[in-house]
Amino acid sequence: MLNVGSIKEGFVLDHIKAGKSMEIYHYLGLDKLDCQVAIIKNAKSNKMGHKDIIKIECPIDVINLDVLGYIDHNITVNIIHDSAIVDKQKLTLPKSMKNVLKCVNPRCITSIEQELDQIFILTDEKKKVYRCRYCEEKYNKL
Amino acid sequence: MRHLLNPLDFSVEETARLLDLATDIERNRDKYKDICKGKKIATLFYEPSTRTRLSFEAAMINLGGSALGFSSASSSSASKGESVSDTIRMVSCYADICAMRHPKEGAPTVASLKSRIPVVNAGDGGHQHPTQTLTDMMTIRSLKGRLDNLTIGFCGDLKFGRTVHSLIESLVRYPNVKFILISPPELRVPSYIREDVLEANNIPYKEVTSMEESLPELDILYMTRVQQERFFNEAEYLRLRDTYILDKAKMALANKDMLVLHPLPRVNEISVEVDDDPRAAYFKQVQYGVYVRMAIILTLLGLDKEVQ
Repeated sequence: MLNVGSIKEGFVLDHIKAGKSMEIYHYLGLDKLDCQVAIIKNAKSNKMGHKDIIKIECPIDVINLDVLGYIDHNITVNIIHDSAIVDKQKLTLPKSMKNVLKCVNPRCITSIEQELDQIFILTDEKKKVYRCRYCEEKYNKL
Repeated sequence: MRHLLNPLDFSVEETARLLDLATDIERNRDKYKDICKGKKIATLFYEPSTRTRLSFEAAMINLGGSALGFSSASSSSASKGESVSDTIRMVSCYADICAMRHPKEGAPTVASLKSRIPVVNAGDGGHQHPTQTLTDMMTIRSLKGRLDNLTIGFCGDLKFGRTVHSLIESLVRYPNVKFILISPPELRVPSYIREDVLEANNIPYKEVTSMEESLPELDILYMTRVQQERFFNEAEYLRLRDTYILDKAKMALANKDMLVLHPLPRVNEISVEVDDDPRAAYFKQVQYGVYVRMAIILTLLGLDKEVQ
């Protein structure tokens, strides 16, 4: 059994689909943050068989977790304060996302004006469709 | 402050008011000749479009105002690397309203976020061209007397033809409208038009490749040009360019009151022999375009009620 120490303040992202943790690591911009991050891959899970877990030691207002709702709404977000779980956040699809996705339409204005924020708006909640704020091109999830 | 970026920015009721105003302008030109005295329109055209630019400038001049601007990116600060956001901040100091044509999709939206004056999208890549859509709607309403109970055929490049996408999106809001989409398989309408617009609204439509078989069913035939500038591949463009050509023989198959519309410019998809046919409405469309743009300028400047 692998042991990873508990954290004092931050998040534990549980029930991540096995193999998806590195994708989430990049989506959340954790590579750019100066904080402790533990990634546990392929942990045994009664519910899922295998799962990934990410533990992040940081102030809770540093990370915008909205994007997680877009990636996988089944992820459990545990908010840790003074080494205890104080809240479990339910994930919903964010209404918009800024600088998370990138428009791949070669005709989009963002292809030539790269200082523009990459903004995607949720246009169809049922089908989870996001469109570029500018050219309205649909984002095709990888 | 209001902008016009997408034809759906106006509700059905607002569209009706705008087209009523355009019709009143058509009938009472004198009433409107000084209403924009002292106002200026900036036409910011990052790619050439003679007709659309002149139409906007004529519209403002007809209202007693004046026009300034540029007609290609090379004659603007864009050639020095200026961003759309910076250009619109500068133009907001010079003009009261602006019309922007840009080859990149979403450029007018970017402008609207930084602008202190109303921005009209005068065409952005393959995305939207709302003043053309409203012109098409005015042409249909003026010549057919209605925007409902119509069977409309779109023919040619339905993949990159933004006027086609915008007009379909606008017309599905009216009752009992049916569509026949005539195109080669490579130039069919994008899936979002089929799924999110037509099927989502339970609109009857069919996709066909034969123009001749469809003609007898149509109230409106909307022809389009295969646009070279939308192709990255020259060979593909040349192969598809000559797929559909409307001529006198084909017109003989159509209803006697069918209208032929085209956003222009045409290349060879409508033979010049069709021009004299009373059903050819594409040059009337150009005239309606000026009235519609006059109505848009008045509405966005909040001057539409001054003459009511």
